[in-house]
Order: sequence, then structure tokens, then C-alpha cells
Amino acid sequence: MVLISTLSTVVFVGVAIWGVLASETWPRVREQFFSARHFQEVWPAVLSGFWLDVRMFVVAEVLILAAALIVAAARSLRGPVFFPIRALAVVYVDLVRGIPLLLMILVLGFGVPALDIPGVPRSALFWGVTALVISYTAYTAEIYRAGIESVHESQRMSAQSLGLTQVQALRHVLVPQAIRNVVPALLSSFVSLQKDVALVFVLGVREGVREAQIYNARTFNYTGYIAATLLFLLVSIPVARFTDWYGQRVRRRRQAMSA
Amino acid sequence: MIETPSRLRIAGLSKTFGDLMVLADVNLELQAHEVVCLIGASGSGKSTLLKAVNLLVPIDQGEIFLDDLAITGPEVDANRVRSRMGIVFQSFNLFPHLTILDNITLAPRKVLKLDRAAAEVRAVELLGRFDLLDKVKDYPDRLSGGQQQRVAIVRSLAMQPELMLLDEVTSALDPVLVGEVLECIRELKGQGMTMLIATHEMGFARNTADRVAFLHGGTVWEQGPPQRVLGEPERPETQEFLGRIIQAGRL
Repeated sequence: MVLISTLSTVVFVGVAIWGVLASETWPRVREQFFSARHFQEVWPAVLSGFWLDVRMFVVAEVLILAAALIVAAARSLRGPVFFPIRALAVVYVDLVRGIPLLLMILVLGFGVPALDIPGVPRSALFWGVTALVISYTAYTAEIYRAGIESVHESQRMSAQSLGLTQVQALRHVLVPQAIRNVVPALLSSFVSLQKDVALVFVLGVREGVREAQIYNARTFNYTGYIAATLLFLLVSIPVARFTDWYGQRVRRRRQAMSA
Repeated sequence: MIETPSRLRIAGLSKTFGDLMVLADVNLELQAHEVVCLIGASGSGKSTLLKAVNLLVPIDQGEIFLDDLAITGPEVDANRVRSRMGIVFQSFNLFPHLTILDNITLAPRKVLKLDRAAAEVRAVELLGRFDLLDKVKDYPDRLSGGQQQRVAIVRSLAMQPELMLLDEVTSALDPVLVGEVLECIRELKGQGMTMLIATHEMGFARNTADRVAFLHGGTVWEQGPPQRVLGEPERPETQEFLGRIIQAGRL
């Protein structure tokens, strides 16, 4: 079985590669996209730009995970007293999810610094990351909310019957179980954010894609983009594999528990 | 002579879900240390009644008093009232992500503001009393149903409630595990706990309850000492219900 699948993969990939290499346009494609010389030249700039992408991702993700949890918790509070808080959370999520991320980055990244308000940061990097946080918080809050709703109602009832307040019940009973349920979905949103941080390049922030673009504008060669692509893949593929592995583990555990 | 208020008094309680009248003018009183078993067919309102007393379902009409506090009043802090009584459900509802010890100490720490050490001392003492001491560090899914239900009872007791509400606590258990849970309830009675118990275990009701109340059509149809209600029921609906129970071999 393994032998057959290996053999068929080798043959398939071999034919595909041969097809590409034998084509007439290949030498031009290679020079434009896969040039070793250009790669060497552009690599340091793209790498250091990508390092900024990674840092933006980490800072944004930490803020998103915290803010989204607060929004989701606010949305799951019950009773008429909490109506304004619930309504605010719903409006936030609906509004933000309706705005394209790129638009948000442009408006905040160019618009706010242009106001020139004393005491308000004017850095494009700052506002770019802020736009990412605002946008992703709305989506991530929905992931958390799905998790909270997937915890059986009887858990909420039990917590309340012991005298816990709604907030205590969320904090100690519902949210810990909810997070376990949505870790795979959260991880997959990590992958998505890890790529979307590159969008702040439109503000002129010199992250990986921006560096590749600068090199391209100077040399008309696209190898820099391929270098950036490689770096993004290097990070996102392991996370994707880990997400799959973790999701399967959660499923197996659940099956074992209900057996 | 000073009249002591009853521990629990339910007066004219009604509750509808949509068009369905689940509770219709329920009146019931429990003195301190009294054990009352609620019997009746599924859907007769036993479970809703217990949840209403615990303020887990809003009621439409009537009043409920705990000691002499009208807990259904508008100014009442529901969380505070709930912390004064324990309720145990058919489906255990332990918190699966917490160890047995943390399941039990959570509410005393967060609601009664005990420090961790004091809460753990109390929990360990209770677990010892109910023969669960070796489970302290386990997670709920490692325990049998009977053990889980006993932990759920201990979790309620750790709040030192003035009243326990038990909602068919043995209905989800394998028959061989029912005994240990009933034994645990009898021990509570021995310690003088006031309890309102919804149950299908007629044998248990007969030898443990001080009083049995038969719920029918959402109201208390007949109540009295277990020997009388279960042995010589006065009303035909009670007779018919018990007749079906006997046929099913459960009395």
C-alpha cells in the first residue's frame, strides 16, 4: 500500500515538474520568480520585514484573545439589567464584521494620524495593528460565543444554583469549558491573522511584503515575493498541521468519554 | 407562644410555559428538619417546582418563603437566596474541567469568600463522611454515576444550606448504584437536614419521608404521612398513580 502510493506520487510529481521545466516560458519564469541571485539580494530585507510581521501578529493576537473574550462574555450575560451591555456587544460585532479589513486599516492608518490630535499616536504601525485587533476581535468573539453556547445549559444552571453570579459562572465554569471546545477554531483564526498582518503594508509599514514590493519596484523582479511567500508558509503550515492534530485529539477524547 | 416560621412555605404558586400550565396554585409547607417527598407522574411539575424554589425558573403567581423571607419578592438577591439552599439534579452536573475537590470548593470560595484552606478542610471533611476521600484529586469522568451524584450532594452541602432540594437524583443511575445515593440521603435526614425530594423511589419515600405529597395536574393533589398516602390514598387519581407504580413493580 505504502509502496504503491509512494510510487504513484513520485510519478505524478515527476510528470508535473517535467511539464513545467520543459515548457518554453520556463527560463523566463525562473528568472522573474526564482532567481538565486535576486533571492540572495532581497532575502535580508524580506526576513527582517517578516520579523516585524511576526511581532505584529503576536501583539495583535494577545490583545484579540483578551478583548474577544470580554465581548463574548458580555454577549452571554442574561437578564434585562444587562441589556445595554449585550446590545453594545452585538452592535460591535455586526458593525465590525461588515467592514472590510483593508478599509479599516486605511481609515485608521491614514485617517487618524491625519487628524493630528495631541497625545494620540501618529504611527502607521500602531494604527495598522489597532485595525487588525478591532476587526479580528469581532470574529474571535463569535468563536468564543459558539464555545460558550456549546457548553450544556445544565452547567450554567448548576453554577447559579450554588449561588455563583453570572460573571463568576462564566469565569469559572462556562468559559474554561468553552475554550477547550473552540481551540481548533481559534488556531485556524491564528493562521488567518498571521497572513493578514501583511495588509498593513498599504500604510507603508516596512514588513515582509512591503520589502518585497520595494525590491520589485527597483528591479522589476518578483523573487522577493516568493521569498516572502516561503516565510509565511514556513509559519502557517506547522500551525495548520498542529490544528488538525489537536482537533483530532479532542474528538478522540470526546468519543472515549461518551463510550 | 411565639410561632416559628416554617423553613419553606410555598403559597399559591403558578407557572405556565406558553399555553402549558405546569404548576397551578401549589401550596406546600416544610418545617425545619422535615423531609417531604414529592411523587407524581413525569410532567406533573415536580422538577419545575424544585427549580422555582431555587429561583432557577421565574414564576407567574404566588409566593415562596424561606424562613420568613419572601424570596420571590422583587428586592431579593437571587444569588444570595440560592446560596442558602442546595439543589441536586438528576444528571449530576459536576463541572467536568475541575477536580472533585475544586468542584466542591468553588462556590464556598467564590460565594462565601472562604479562603482556599478553609474551603478544602470543609470539603475533605464532607468527602470523608460520604466515603469519597480517595476521589479528591480525580476528575468527574473517572467516577461512577453513583459516586458523581454523591459528590454533587457534597458540593451542595459544602455551602451549608438550610434546605436541600433533590430532583430525581437516582433516576439516571444504574439500579445497583441507586442504593448508595439513597443511603447518603438517609444520612442527611439523620443529621436533621430539611429536604424536599422529587422521587420515583416509592420504597425510599415510604421509609424516609416524614410526609409525602402527590403532585397531579401541577398541584398538590394529596399529602400526608407516607403510610397513609402510599398505603391508603384517599383520592382516585392517587390510587390510579400508585396502581401503575405497583404494576411496574416499583412498590
